[in-house]
Amino acid sequence: MKKRTKTFNIIWIAALSVLCLAYIFPVVLVLLNSFKVETAISTSTTFQLPTAETFAGFSNYLNAITSQGFFKSLGYSLFITVSSVALILLCCSMCAWYIARSKGKFPKLLYFLFVLSMVVPFQMVMFTLSQTANKLYLTSPWTICIIYLGFGAGLAVFMFTGFMKSIPIEVEEAAMIDGCNPIQTFFLIDVPILKPTLVSVGILEAMWVWNDYLLPYLVLDRTKGYSTIPIMIQNFRGSYGKVEMGAMMASIILTIIPIVIVYLAGQKHIIKGVAAGAVKG
Amino acid sequence: MERAIKRWSPIFFLPTLLAFIIGFIVPFGQGIYLSFCRFTTVDNAQWAGLSNYQRALTDPNFGHAFWFTVAFAVVSIILINVIAFGIALLLTRKLRGTNIFRTVFFMPNLIGGIVLGYIWNILINALLSAVGEPLLKLNSTAGFWGLIILMCWQQIGYMMIIYIAGLQNIPGELIEAAQIDGATSWTTLLRVKLPMVMPSITICLFLTLTNGFKLFDQNLALTGGDPAKSTEMLALNIYNTFYGRTGPQWMGIGQAKAVIFCLLVVAISMIQLRATRSREVQQ
Repeated sequence: MKKRTKTFNIIWIAALSVLCLAYIFPVVLVLLNSFKVETAISTSTTFQLPTAETFAGFSNYLNAITSQGFFKSLGYSLFITVSSVALILLCCSMCAWYIARSKGKFPKLLYFLFVLSMVVPFQMVMFTLSQTANKLYLTSPWTICIIYLGFGAGLAVFMFTGFMKSIPIEVEEAAMIDGCNPIQTFFLIDVPILKPTLVSVGILEAMWVWNDYLLPYLVLDRTKGYSTIPIMIQNFRGSYGKVEMGAMMASIILTIIPIVIVYLAGQKHIIKGVAAGAVKG
Repeated sequence: MERAIKRWSPIFFLPTLLAFIIGFIVPFGQGIYLSFCRFTTVDNAQWAGLSNYQRALTDPNFGHAFWFTVAFAVVSIILINVIAFGIALLLTRKLRGTNIFRTVFFMPNLIGGIVLGYIWNILINALLSAVGEPLLKLNSTAGFWGLIILMCWQQIGYMMIIYIAGLQNIPGELIEAAQIDGATSWTTLLRVKLPMVMPSITICLFLTLTNGFKLFDQNLALTGGDPAKSTEMLALNIYNTFYGRTGPQWMGIGQAKAVIFCLLVVAISMIQLRATRSREVQQ
């Protein structure tokens, strides 16, 4: 019996390894092609390794950085993600505290609306939302976090409220009897207990904001040259005429590198955060 | 204490509520209203009754997009969940290298839909040209399966993590007891493990279902609806109705489609949650 499971395990490990390679293959393929000269990139030669003649060195990467404005988009993406996630964590955890700790119809109604907003597809509000943002001058990367707080609040409030209800109210009562006002109680008592949930909500929201395409595309004022990474990648096809495949592949690799670094550094937290987030949902 | 909460509560909920009004409540309400109007901006709406809905429902492209989306959702939900659950079972057997496998399988989740779409566009076009088939731009069958493969590649890792968490939550005594009673590994799987991970199944079905129906970025980047709108899904169809056409009637029709789409997604996810929640067992 034991021997049989052992051979089975070896077969399974082999199968999983093959699957792993298949998982990495598409990215490796793009990486290889990003080193080819523009003329050598076509659908029939994608699988060929770059040769001495077709090897382009880092020229595609230089092109991506200089003429396609890679670092500008990266900077905007970084700022938008960090500011939006920070704002969502702060405001939504406080809002969840209110919903979890007060009685009456109003908090219940609020909670229902937040949950509804989680399911509603973005297409339902995309036009009216971009017009509202326009009217309120929220169309720059510095202010788009308010839009993200509004549209992303559902998930965060939902998860925080679920967790907040499991914190015993006696702990807070003790703090208030000792003279804390609700703000102090929240930040000194609840926030430390909430830390794991803050991390997992932060990760989920960051994954969403960083990769979001349509919302910033419709909301940001493109005439001022604002763009994010997904918008920059999509722009390669957007304009008519020939797509610069070399620069596009180099940009794809450049966008993946920071993600891989962050992922490998915070792997444990990210996977734990996703698992914890799902269990609460 | 309740008095104190009441006095301080505006500080707690007002910032989120204000943003929520700007980012969701107002656009949502306006969206419903505008679906009954002709308009090009929010301010020049003229009442048009149900005509938008009539034109939306008789639009053959919308009907096609609906069936394409349904087919896509059904196939991708089954494939993603079965494969993810299978891998999760393997990775909870304490195989060597489990950590590396988990890390690699989860990675595509962090790469955004647009980037994923272009990566697979390059790969699938290369494969098609190697076997002498028409490229994605002219090949709707390849477009459909390309989308399926892409979504499997992206989402299996995520669902796998959720299933692993579910499987690890099963108390070891339960499985031991089943084995002592003479259950084979197959019956243990069907009678003990599956019912015990039902909460995970509920979540994964919910996520794959809503992701499948709402899919937009991957659709835009991989096929862009080509050839001739045959691989256009509902979200992309609505987007194209809004921004791909000129003329005041299209905005209204697009908004009506969006309302129908919204009702559809909300209804389906509610039904799914009801149906699977009722199968969950108490631990």
